[in-house]
Amino acid sequence: MVTDNPSVMAGAPLLSVEDVSKSFTIHLRGGVRLPVVANVTFEVSPGECLVLGGPSGIGKSSILRMIFGNYAVDTGRILVRDRSTGDVADLASGDPRLVLSLRRDHIGYVSQFLRTIPRVSALDVVAEPLLTRGVERKAASNRAAAMLERLNLPSALFNLPPATFSGGEKQRVNIARGFMIDHPILLLDEPTASLDETNRDVVVGMIREKLAAGTAILGIFHDIPVREAVATSILDVAAFSTREAA
Amino acid sequence: MRNPSLPAYNFAYLDEQTKRMIRRAILKAIAIPGYQVPFASREMPMPYGWGTGGVQVTASILGPDDVLKVIDQGADDTTNAVSIRAFFAKVANVATTTRTADATIIQTRHRIPETPLAHGQIIVYQVPIPEPLRFLEPRETETRVMHALEEYGLVHVKLYEDIAQHGHIATTYAYPVKVEGRYVMDPSPIPKFDNPKMHRSPALQLFGAGREKRIYALPPFTDVVSLDFEDHPFTVQRFEARCALCNAQEVYLDEVITDDRGGRMFVCSDTDYCETRRSKGSQVGGLPQHGAAKADWEAAE
Amino acid sequence: MNSEPILSVRKLEKRYGNFIGCTDVSFDVWPGEVVAIVGESGSGKTTLLNCISTRMERSSGEIRYRMRDQRFPDLAELGEAELRFLMRTDWGFVHQNPADGLRMRVSAGANVGERLMAIGDRNYGDIRSRASDWLERVEIAASRIDDMPVSFSGGMRQRLQIARNLVTHPRLIFMDEPTGGLDVSVQARVLDLLRMLVSDLGLSVIIVTHDLGVARLLSQRMIVMKSGRIVEQGLTDRVMDDPSHPYTQLLVASILEN
Ligand SMILES: Nc1ncnc2c1ncn2[C@@H]1O[C@H](COP(=O)(O)OP(=O)(O)OP(=O)(O)O)[C@@H](O)[C@H]1O
Ligand SMILES: [Mg+2]
Ligand SMILES: [Zn+2]
Repeated sequence: MVTDNPSVMAGAPLLSVEDVSKSFTIHLRGGVRLPVVANVTFEVSPGECLVLGGPSGIGKSSILRMIFGNYAVDTGRILVRDRSTGDVADLASGDPRLVLSLRRDHIGYVSQFLRTIPRVSALDVVAEPLLTRGVERKAASNRAAAMLERLNLPSALFNLPPATFSGGEKQRVNIARGFMIDHPILLLDEPTASLDETNRDVVVGMIREKLAAGTAILGIFHDIPVREAVATSILDVAAFSTREAA
Repeated sequence: MRNPSLPAYNFAYLDEQTKRMIRRAILKAIAIPGYQVPFASREMPMPYGWGTGGVQVTASILGPDDVLKVIDQGADDTTNAVSIRAFFAKVANVATTTRTADATIIQTRHRIPETPLAHGQIIVYQVPIPEPLRFLEPRETETRVMHALEEYGLVHVKLYEDIAQHGHIATTYAYPVKVEGRYVMDPSPIPKFDNPKMHRSPALQLFGAGREKRIYALPPFTDVVSLDFEDHPFTVQRFEARCALCNAQEVYLDEVITDDRGGRMFVCSDTDYCETRRSKGSQVGGLPQHGAAKADWEAAE
Repeated sequence: MNSEPILSVRKLEKRYGNFIGCTDVSFDVWPGEVVAIVGESGSGKTTLLNCISTRMERSSGEIRYRMRDQRFPDLAELGEAELRFLMRTDWGFVHQNPADGLRMRVSAGANVGERLMAIGDRNYGDIRSRASDWLERVEIAASRIDDMPVSFSGGMRQRLQIARNLVTHPRLIFMDEPTGGLDVSVQARVLDLLRMLVSDLGLSVIIVTHDLGVARLLSQRMIVMKSGRIVEQGLTDRVMDDPSHPYTQLLVASILEN
């Protein structure tokens, strides 16, 4: 980490994306190169909710995944600033251990779909981030249960593995897990896509609480009411698109 | 003195070069107590199960003035003991005895005499399987490394298994010992009752395995400790009965069947010990003569 | 972040005559990290694992291991005694076939207790209670403690092998296709158990598998091998979701179907 002390101040961006570009080379299709985005540049500050907009396939999820270290970056920097020390780390370097430590301490991510693990119950899926951070099992389970209750997941499902859950149930487990830890940066990829109105409102409430607590949120929300309820600004990813046709 | 009417045998059957080779192995074995020294085992005019390893050791150390005793399961009068004694009387023309105290060399299968051995005496054990780790590790290359590196956990695995299956350490013979705090050794299939007799014995103890071509030794006054667990310490068998013939106590007894209606009695397994006691007057009146068929309860070599 | 690797491999090569088992292999393993080595059969995974765990002699290259006393010697510098001690205390090796890692003719309890006895534990009651604890941790009823592994199912044997390895609280575990020989339903249980134990005990693990699902579930980092060489390595989810090498793309494409 590089110390960058002057920026230790309230309101300084926690996430700075600088000139990031991404393309895929599909070797199984004769090495065809699929450009996605280039020169992506933006910042997200504490309490801000920046929403990525643009048509399907334009590269919104890819940007989120690069920031989470799940996709490699062709060029550019993804700077993550430590709120208390002001230290800055470039996640785009791709060092797996740096990415893992940033995921542990700085960046939360709610993906579009829950990846289920065989035999692990919904409650344990949600409690796991607490357990790996040393929270005692009983306390972790209680907090996980409270979170799932808030999201109206029937308690009969708590001890079942989510593999057989409906799309909306799985998504609520996924959200609960992502919201368990107070990461300074939170990435949300259409968290409300498969939710009914009631649960959508619950999630909106949860996002607002995070923002009030100073979390920097970067999200994708196709849902207009949700977007309007939480966005502080909107960025059209089409501006970075390197596609001939979107 | 050699009997001139006999054909020209080498003294004690083996040629001088072979005896020298075996003596070198014995010296090495004495220098590294408990360590199994390989030697080039020779064909002997008897089958392996008859103790060819012990016979070769005895043949190599025997001198014309030695007095030889041979026992099998404590008895001087079994076929095996009688044959080996006769063999040496013939090929080395040495004196033989059944008296433990009179012998200079005692070759044995499965027992250590009750009469404590003295300085200057040599006891030669017939060994069927010299490797104490063989039970759990069949690979010779591996057991050798284990000895070299003192990796003896496996011996305890076997003792653990005993306790787990039987509630106590059920190994009653060939009970593993640690020699001078270093090598784990198989004492040959003597009853564990005899193990304490090996500890700091003033006699020289030699072990010969013919089929497996190994010699090992305990020089006089060597520490020999039977392996065990803190909470399951080594104990010897205890006999409730006394010898029905000589009234001896705290000796190793054999069960003898006296008739075909289930009659039985316990007598000293060490025939010389029993007879010596009786000749000195320790007698229990009105009982059958010793020499009745022995219950062959121990696995034959 | 723990800044010192527990294992460091540099330019490792193993030749079988003219044939290359593996070559130019370099990577580090940090404490508490699970690294998966993936690739199709014949790609050199097991050769690599066996060289690192000193079960096989390397042809060239460096393998350094962080000892408990913080020394970081090349394993070639250690004497046989020290190496073997390491192997039965600080390391574990979980074989694909449990029979290769168990003593099939002694009881489950003795199988688990063996390592304790090897390091000098001489209290039967203590050994037994620790063996029984470990059996329960791997979901084998303590009442089976005196049964022989031959009477166990494949999944139970594999769980017994795991317990046998973990009883000395090793720091580094090598696993070669630990679920390879098991039915799918049994596999899930063993995997789940491994996942929990690894995180509870903070173990470092190098696991060889051709099953990317297993790698995804257990590992943080992935090394992709082809023809004895590393073609790609990185964060497991990155390698699987955004594979860059043609071979990795092929591997990933072939599992995306299900
Ligand atoms: N792992 C991958 N390998 C190859 N191509 C990929 C990969 N991930 C995404 N793409 C491609 O990159 C482009 C951007 O995809 P992305 O998922 O980022 O779009 P999006 O803006 O999130 O779309 P949507 O709104 O439909 O979710 C698409 O053409 C997609 O097919
Ligand atoms: Mg998307
Ligand atoms: Zn008697």
